[in-house]
Amino acid sequence: MKVELTVNGKEITADVEDRMLLVHFLRDVADLTATNIGCETTSCGACTVLLDGESVKSCTMLAAQADGQSVTTLEGLAADGHMHAVQEAFHQEHGLQCGFCTPGMVMAIVSLLKENPSPTEAEVRTGLEGNICRCTGYHNIVRAALAAAEAGK
Amino acid sequence: MSILGTRVIRTEDPRLLTAGGVYVDDLREPELAGAVRATFVRATVAHALITGIDKSEALAQPGVVAVLTAADMTDLPASEPPGGEVPGPDEPPAEGPVPLGGKWAEPLLAVDRVRFVGEPVAIVLTDSTYQGEDAAELVSVDYDVLPAVTTIDGALTGDSLLFPDTGTNVCVKGGRDISDDSVFDGCDVVVEGDIVNQRVACLPMEGRATAAAFKDGKLTVWASTQNAQLARLIFTAIGLPPDAIRVVAPDVGGGFGAKIGVDREQIVVAWAAKHTGRPVRWVETRNENLMAMTQGRAQLHHIKIGGDRDGKIKAYRLDVIQDAGAFPRMSGFLPMLTNLMAPGVYDIPAVQADYKVVVTNTAPIAAYRGAGRPEAAATIERAVDWFAAAAGLDPAEVRKVNFIKPDQFPFVTKAGAPYDTGEYEAALEKVLGAADYASLRADQQRRREAGETKQLGLGLASYVEITAADGGAGETAKVEVHDDGTATLYTGSSAHGQGHHTAFAMILQSETGIPMDKIEVIHGDTDLVPDGVGTYASRSLQLGGSAVHKAAIEVKEEAARNAAALFEAAEADVVLDADTGTWHIAGDPDKSLTWAQVAEHADGGLIVANVRFTADRPTFPFGTHLSVVEVDTETGKVTLLRHITADDAGPVLNPVLMEGQRHGGIAQGAAQALCEEVLYDADGNPLTSTLADYAAITAAELPSFELLTSETPTPVNPLGVKGIGEAGTIGSTPAVHNAVIDAVSHLGVRHIDMPMTPERVWTAISEAQKASAK
Repeated sequence: MKVELTVNGKEITADVEDRMLLVHFLRDVADLTATNIGCETTSCGACTVLLDGESVKSCTMLAAQADGQSVTTLEGLAADGHMHAVQEAFHQEHGLQCGFCTPGMVMAIVSLLKENPSPTEAEVRTGLEGNICRCTGYHNIVRAALAAAEAGK
Repeated sequence: MSILGTRVIRTEDPRLLTAGGVYVDDLREPELAGAVRATFVRATVAHALITGIDKSEALAQPGVVAVLTAADMTDLPASEPPGGEVPGPDEPPAEGPVPLGGKWAEPLLAVDRVRFVGEPVAIVLTDSTYQGEDAAELVSVDYDVLPAVTTIDGALTGDSLLFPDTGTNVCVKGGRDISDDSVFDGCDVVVEGDIVNQRVACLPMEGRATAAAFKDGKLTVWASTQNAQLARLIFTAIGLPPDAIRVVAPDVGGGFGAKIGVDREQIVVAWAAKHTGRPVRWVETRNENLMAMTQGRAQLHHIKIGGDRDGKIKAYRLDVIQDAGAFPRMSGFLPMLTNLMAPGVYDIPAVQADYKVVVTNTAPIAAYRGAGRPEAAATIERAVDWFAAAAGLDPAEVRKVNFIKPDQFPFVTKAGAPYDTGEYEAALEKVLGAADYASLRADQQRRREAGETKQLGLGLASYVEITAADGGAGETAKVEVHDDGTATLYTGSSAHGQGHHTAFAMILQSETGIPMDKIEVIHGDTDLVPDGVGTYASRSLQLGGSAVHKAAIEVKEEAARNAAALFEAAEADVVLDADTGTWHIAGDPDKSLTWAQVAEHADGGLIVANVRFTADRPTFPFGTHLSVVEVDTETGKVTLLRHITADDAGPVLNPVLMEGQRHGGIAQGAAQALCEEVLYDADGNPLTSTLADYAAITAAELPSFELLTSETPTPVNPLGVKGIGEAGTIGSTPAVHNAVIDAVSHLGVRHIDMPMTPERVWTAISEAQKASAK
């Protein structure tokens, strides 16, 4: 079937299998490989992207369901050569190690801070319950989210 | 001033944060153009004979390039048992980290028998991923089902044998004689019991992944691995010499021990590329990962501990049974380490430890963050708490009475471990002070007296572990200084999140004054770094970093000769200002040469040092963790309130990286104590084969951690450093474990096995109440 998506501001039209997942559309059709697949069961959040500004897990959504909508991936966050505040906070706070969960974590936090620009630590931790990281123990990811919130004030 | 010891944020990050890493699935190398996708057909039963495989329906599907089974692998060389002659069950064991071969050998694809659910039976090659999933379902495998062995007890009965030719399910026995009970004579207090160290998933966020291309007699493999060089040796199994194989480790999304070398599926992928002439890519699903990647721990311990009423421990016995899963991948190596570290930080006059290893119809067990040492620490720390409770003493006091004292180092324990340096009591005191232990105990007492629903628990763990146990293998480093003043640093160590590029460049800058931003670090490509050992066993900084240090010194010696010639001075008069990276004649700071000028004068415009650093003995990092938990006695729910640690791995090169390693380790260790466990049903069906079922710990279940600094150098290497990658895991599991039990001990609970889920905690409280009502 034919789908038409705007990905990081660029319109992409493609003829895809009905069952194609959004994450495979992003990775294989749009050739944007930052978004990773970590579990296929909506549990780990590695595939988190923004769909019309809201965070979704792209491994359990069909490309067809995103037809006509706008997707933002990690690659679309930085502007004019400057990292987004959340990306910069991850760098400053050592919020990433192996980097595999990072694209999903960053997108989840962008979405979280949009909904709640001044979260408490507990709110950040609850908000990230659907994103799994095995390297950082979440400590510095939480610091990064709080630092990005502070920077956004 | 040296950059070492300062908070340098990672140079690796900007790329990972803006474009994402390049993991195996992201590779767009020209050699992989048109690569077919590999999908494995996996055993759906835990134990069975294969009576037939029908590929015809699968082969008729669109996009199917090939369906290959063990019967198609006729072009492989005859395999030698990798560990040489295999000892029988009653002979002394092979104690290296090698798979047992011979009668216990693990085939690449199942031949006539499957031994765990998820074991690979066939490989399906298709044009696309979705086609692979469709076709793999249509490969029909007929099984003659056998009774499954799913527990250690079941394995020991020998009623059903995984390897009938061996006549037993016990593949290795080792350790020392533990039958002499007289060591407990004269002990006022003796405690005995079983402790389960449950099976957990290693769960790197990127699962296993491999791409391979075979062209003009040369195989190139991109593998998600912790050591490309070892992987290259393993890939020779497909019948190619090492020099016909290039292994590249691109970005690797976590390893935690499960990516040391490569697994059988990855060898099959490489073979399939050679066999079909088509490039092949395999990226496992999480479901496959949770069924068939090696898992960790899986030990059953029986202990006995005895001592005086004043708290002095006089004897300790540890009897370990290791569940190896379906194939003894690591022989007796893991429980051997558990035996070696059995007495932990304590000066115990009599220590007895032994082990046996059994096979079961479950996923194979191998290294997982700590690999044999967390099991030792978890049990001695529980045993000390048991002993303290029986003696009516505070667990902190019992630890102090029994610690090996600073003036006793170097100290060889009764288990045979040669500890280098330690300040065990100082680490404990730091933690007790920072936590305000006395106030916490007072709060606990108040809650107990008030009979509050939410009870407070304090758990201590003072640990020591062994890192870089294979220091003799060492690590390689090559430094090239170019005539434009830049440097290239090649390391045999292999980063997968640890921050080697930042850490190793810091060492080189510190020694040479060449700024980090002019240093390129290269690892994980056997064409560029043919000789290397890799990253595991918390060895990278102490061996790989020391190799960088050694190479930096050699490159300076070579540069000094060139600088002397340019200055027309004696070599002894030439000095390097490591702050500015400039060469001078001693006493004449005005006249200087840059590294670029010195390199320009060298042969080929290049100054090179190529070294291997080896250590003659391992190092023993240590520390204390204190966990503070709240337990809801009505629901059994545990809340981890605080986790305070002093982890001592010698001088800290970069606090940012060191803290990151500790954070991750603490979380993984706490996860074992609280929630994570791989489970099978009685038929050997995995019950935790998705992340919807496996309870991986999340941010919502953890607090921020409180880290204290403690730096006791080791004389074993020039940097004075020990390993920190696994220490957090080793300390945190028993601290959390002890804390939860401490919270409910006044209700009569003596022990709760991990993971301490609400159900388990609630049940333990209920049973204790029932027992006390009798």
